[in-house]
Amino acid sequence: MSPFLDVKDLKIHFPTDDGLVKSVDGVTFSLERGKTLGIVGESGSGKSVTSLGILGLHKGRGANISGEIWLDGEELVGASQEHVRGLRGKKMAMIFQDPLSAMHPFYTVGDQIIEAYRIHNKVSKAVAKKHAIDMLGRVGIPEPGRRVDSYPHEFSGGMRQRAMIAMALSCDPELLIADEPTTALDVTVQAQILDLMRDLQREFDSALIIITHDLGVVAELSDDILVMYGGKCIEFGSADDIFYRPEHPYTWGLLGSMPRLDREPTERLLPIKGSPPSLINVPPGCAFHPRCPYAERTGDKARTEAPALAETEGGHLVRCHMAPAERRALWENEIKPVLETP
Amino acid sequence: MLLFVVSIATFAIFFLVPRLAGMSADDLASRYVGKAANAQVIHDTAIRLGFNDPVIVQYGRFVKGIFVGVDRNYGPGVEHCPAPCLGYSYVSQNPVLPDILNRLPITLSMALGAAVVWVIFGVATGVVSALRRGSFFDRLSMGIALAGVSLPIFFTGIVSLAIFRDQLGLVGDVADWVPFSEDPLTWANNLILPWVTLAFLYAAGYARLTRAGMLETMSEDYIRTARAKGLAERAVVLKHGLRATLTPVLTMFGLDLGLLLGGAVLTESTFSLPGIGKYAVDAISNNDLPQVMGVTLIAAAFIILANLIVDMLYAVVDPRVRLA
Amino acid sequence: MKIRSTASAVAATAALALLASACGGGGGGSKSSTGGGDAAPASQYNAAVTQVVNPSTKTGGTLRMGMPGDFDSVDPGDQYYGYAWNFSRFYTRALTMFKPVPGEEGLQLVGDLAEDLGKPSDGGKTWTYKLREGIKFEDGTPVTSKDVKYAVARSLDKDILPSGPTYFNDWLDLGGYTGPYKMKGKLDDFKAVETPDDRTVVFHLKKAYGGFDYFAMLPQTAPVPEAKDTGSKYKEHPVSTGPYMFKSHELTKRIELVKNPNWDPATDPNRKQLNDSIEVLLGQNEDDLDQRLLSGKIDVKVNSTGVAANARKKVLTDDKVKQYADSALIDRTWFTNINGDVKPFDNIHCRKAVLYAADRSAIQGAYGGPDAGGDVALSLMPPKMTGYQKIDPYGVEANPTGNVEKAKEELAACGQPNGFSTTISFRNERAAEKQTAEALQQSLGRVGIKLDLKGYPQGDYFKLYAGKPDFAKKNNLGLMVYGWGADYPEGFGFFQQIVDSRVIRPAGNTNLGVKDPKIDELIDQAAAETDATKRGAIWAQVDKQVMDSAFILPYVWAHGLFYRPPTLKNVFVSQNWGMYEFLTLSTQ
Repeated sequence: MSPFLDVKDLKIHFPTDDGLVKSVDGVTFSLERGKTLGIVGESGSGKSVTSLGILGLHKGRGANISGEIWLDGEELVGASQEHVRGLRGKKMAMIFQDPLSAMHPFYTVGDQIIEAYRIHNKVSKAVAKKHAIDMLGRVGIPEPGRRVDSYPHEFSGGMRQRAMIAMALSCDPELLIADEPTTALDVTVQAQILDLMRDLQREFDSALIIITHDLGVVAELSDDILVMYGGKCIEFGSADDIFYRPEHPYTWGLLGSMPRLDREPTERLLPIKGSPPSLINVPPGCAFHPRCPYAERTGDKARTEAPALAETEGGHLVRCHMAPAERRALWENEIKPVLETP
Repeated sequence: MLLFVVSIATFAIFFLVPRLAGMSADDLASRYVGKAANAQVIHDTAIRLGFNDPVIVQYGRFVKGIFVGVDRNYGPGVEHCPAPCLGYSYVSQNPVLPDILNRLPITLSMALGAAVVWVIFGVATGVVSALRRGSFFDRLSMGIALAGVSLPIFFTGIVSLAIFRDQLGLVGDVADWVPFSEDPLTWANNLILPWVTLAFLYAAGYARLTRAGMLETMSEDYIRTARAKGLAERAVVLKHGLRATLTPVLTMFGLDLGLLLGGAVLTESTFSLPGIGKYAVDAISNNDLPQVMGVTLIAAAFIILANLIVDMLYAVVDPRVRLA
Repeated sequence: MKIRSTASAVAATAALALLASACGGGGGGSKSSTGGGDAAPASQYNAAVTQVVNPSTKTGGTLRMGMPGDFDSVDPGDQYYGYAWNFSRFYTRALTMFKPVPGEEGLQLVGDLAEDLGKPSDGGKTWTYKLREGIKFEDGTPVTSKDVKYAVARSLDKDILPSGPTYFNDWLDLGGYTGPYKMKGKLDDFKAVETPDDRTVVFHLKKAYGGFDYFAMLPQTAPVPEAKDTGSKYKEHPVSTGPYMFKSHELTKRIELVKNPNWDPATDPNRKQLNDSIEVLLGQNEDDLDQRLLSGKIDVKVNSTGVAANARKKVLTDDKVKQYADSALIDRTWFTNINGDVKPFDNIHCRKAVLYAADRSAIQGAYGGPDAGGDVALSLMPPKMTGYQKIDPYGVEANPTGNVEKAKEELAACGQPNGFSTTISFRNERAAEKQTAEALQQSLGRVGIKLDLKGYPQGDYFKLYAGKPDFAKKNNLGLMVYGWGADYPEGFGFFQQIVDSRVIRPAGNTNLGVKDPKIDELIDQAAAETDATKRGAIWAQVDKQVMDSAFILPYVWAHGLFYRPPTLKNVFVSQNWGMYEFLTLSTQ
């Protein structure tokens, strides 16, 4: 039996006046019901575009999309826009980053949930409103009967994100994509929202994709983690693989950038030098090589040959020229000790 | 307050400028007598119009008229012009306020009719242009919009009259003002050219504003949210996109309409419509202070009123500015 | 309205077919669909100057008149413009009137409300009129001599009725009477006008005036019933004695006249009642009004100079349009005053040098050429006026571009053989006057007279600038561009305001500096002369004296260019009004 969500070699390219922007350039992963996938990467790594591509929302700027997206046995890349629209909001839903800008400022929270519900359910407004109040209650908004008539700007940040979640869940979606769901929130509220999402996922038994630049967030929730760089997947594995046996130098950098309670938040143990690559002029060879401290180890290969995504063991995939043994040795001997220094 | 300032400014311009040029009260009065009037007649006229009094006294009389009313000798008797009285024309001796109010339906018919046309066409064009940015339609309509904004109304007006009335005979004699209540069909037929011409000028601005607004709005996060809900594109554009774009359009609309109600000077002159704008032109060319004062105050009042209504509508349209 | 729109639908179809070629000759295109094709008689340019065009006695229809501005007033006691006087005879009858016929006969006065012209007595100081029998107001009340007396009395009060002429104020022996508004209930104190019986009106003047019948022609003598007089509001509904009466008057917008049931044609040999109604649209955009006139949507334009510049071009260049136009002399001369207060114009030879040197045909061009502007003037008096005699003391007919030789002789006689410098003023808003000043600058330059051009705003030209002798002298305004139209086509109505030195006042002058005792004397003589022929001869002498004293350089006898749509009936140019006679116009 094929997985619930199966993405194969997904490519999303945007033609622009300056050249072809390869936002997503060959991403492959799969996800089962009730499981959580974390997609991690810097801004511009293609993680958000990947999620929009799944929902069919990449359109508009003349994007070229190729590859396959299978959702519950249906292929979406080749499906009609109208068909995909029918799935959006119902079968798959999305929670956006900044709920203040993601919710329409001129409509009440209730109206927006009602609208989402009624697109896919032929019910009266009154019934839909009852449902909206119910949903607001379930995401932990106090006095939902009163708050349903409030406008987004009348909510606090955390409450808005809860409302956003309520809206996304209103049609009981089987796939939920959360794009930086907690970035705009302060730390205590972040934790609450993450708890809520975990609880709701269990309750609804949906597949969840969490997109973030913050490994800390995925650490809490994810079963599997996909690390993206320059539009490509550079490492994929279980949460354990990524946190305890990471093999890609970029992932090491990300781990090193994670703020930890026992350190000063400004302290970065293994800073990643340089800036993310241009998606138009992707560096030849390994896209990461200009920033990679170990690029020299593979000689010219780093600059001339693009590494392939290769399995090291039990579903753990890495895109790196270095040999698996070499990577593991580096991790054990050089990286891990630094990261674990109290 | 604004009305007060406007009235003082008008008064000052009327009296101080001629005074600086060295005109005496009699010189002023000589504008309001028949041709070849003798010195005695001119002098009597100066006294009748009160030009010998200090300007401040004359202004006081004007203000008094507004709050208390004035009495006027019309010959066989004296009549009371009740407050708010804007006085009597120096030239025609007609009372000012009834004259203006009389013309209000004409200006209203023209301005509101044109407003309907330009809002519908302007906004629709702007939306379509924004959604098909860079398309042939977009370029064409924005080109026409540019022409609309740049071409003066006395040009488009005369040209449209020549084509649609004189060559094609499609519309009636515009100057034949017929009230709506008398004959709605003729009313509309006679007004359609001024509407379209005026709308051409304004629709252009609205199309550009709407287009720019839509381009901005359609890239907002909440539009993506609406799409993510599975909402049909049409509803996304109209319910979510346009709704947010309408706020600046509404502001502009209020100001434009207020200005227009104060008199569409060029349009009314071009089409010989005896509305408030035509009245203003005649008043100024006749140096008729009471008429100028009256029409200025009414125009200012319309602008204030329009602003007030816009502010109120703002709260209706945008919940964020609603008072708690 | 219905018929009109069907017709325009037909025209639309025709026009659509023509559209490709229609841009250039728009007027021609629409004309062929309205009249040119059928039995309408082909017309000729200037046909209506001398004869009645499209004579018809058919009744019915509406006469549609359009006006660029508004009347000064439609109250007969409060109007001064020729077109207003022309128009008011639809609903008022003054004591006398000009005969509504084409040609010179139209300058003739005949009795209107009065049976005949006035009978002078006391050497022209007393004038007696006998009213016709059976004339009624629109409500059926008979008109009596008291109504005439009251009308004249009220017109004296310029506080209430400021616009009309002041002839009665100036000439009647008022004895302190100031009008019925200031002296309520004291009409009997108004001794200057007596009413010995219901049909007799007697006027008493301060001094003799032979041309009093012209005053009796003023609408100020048209009867006004005292009971219906509403002073400055009377214009809302003047009570009619003519064939038409007011149905409505939307002030400054439109006037509608309908048939007056109490008008009896038996009492009125000069008027007919052919139209069912008369509509006047006021305050029209002039260019658009002309356009509608040319396309026949408006029957006649109400103003004194005919079609405006834009339409003039079309009329004069398109023969299909031109055949329906008339270029008619109006009682107006364009001229420049030569200011004797400014040196060296105190010397008559220097003034004469200007009269010789000026290029009048260049100025004729500035005013629009012979058709739209007018004829080159040989003297000041417009040639269609009663009493005009042709004189050409400066040989203009032979040398319309000027006589440099003679000019130099005069300069030498003046002691300025090499010329001199002075300033010429004109009204800024008037392009023709500016071009005139430029033409003079050039032609006078040929003999060494250098001109500085100085424009002033037209609204205050007379009150503050050229019409204010102090200012003119101080600013060296040696030449002042000007022009004047007659109140009525007789010498007094033309000359008195512009050449009588005794009307000169500190500011707001109409006489910009003609000071010649001989002229003043001749004016007094003419005024007192009761014999019309002799009077005319004196006015001709005035004209000659004005030319001899050389205070005025006349150059153009103005023409108006008028258009009559082919559908307009009974059209002719009145020599008196210098425009179409309104009274006879009809559309059927």
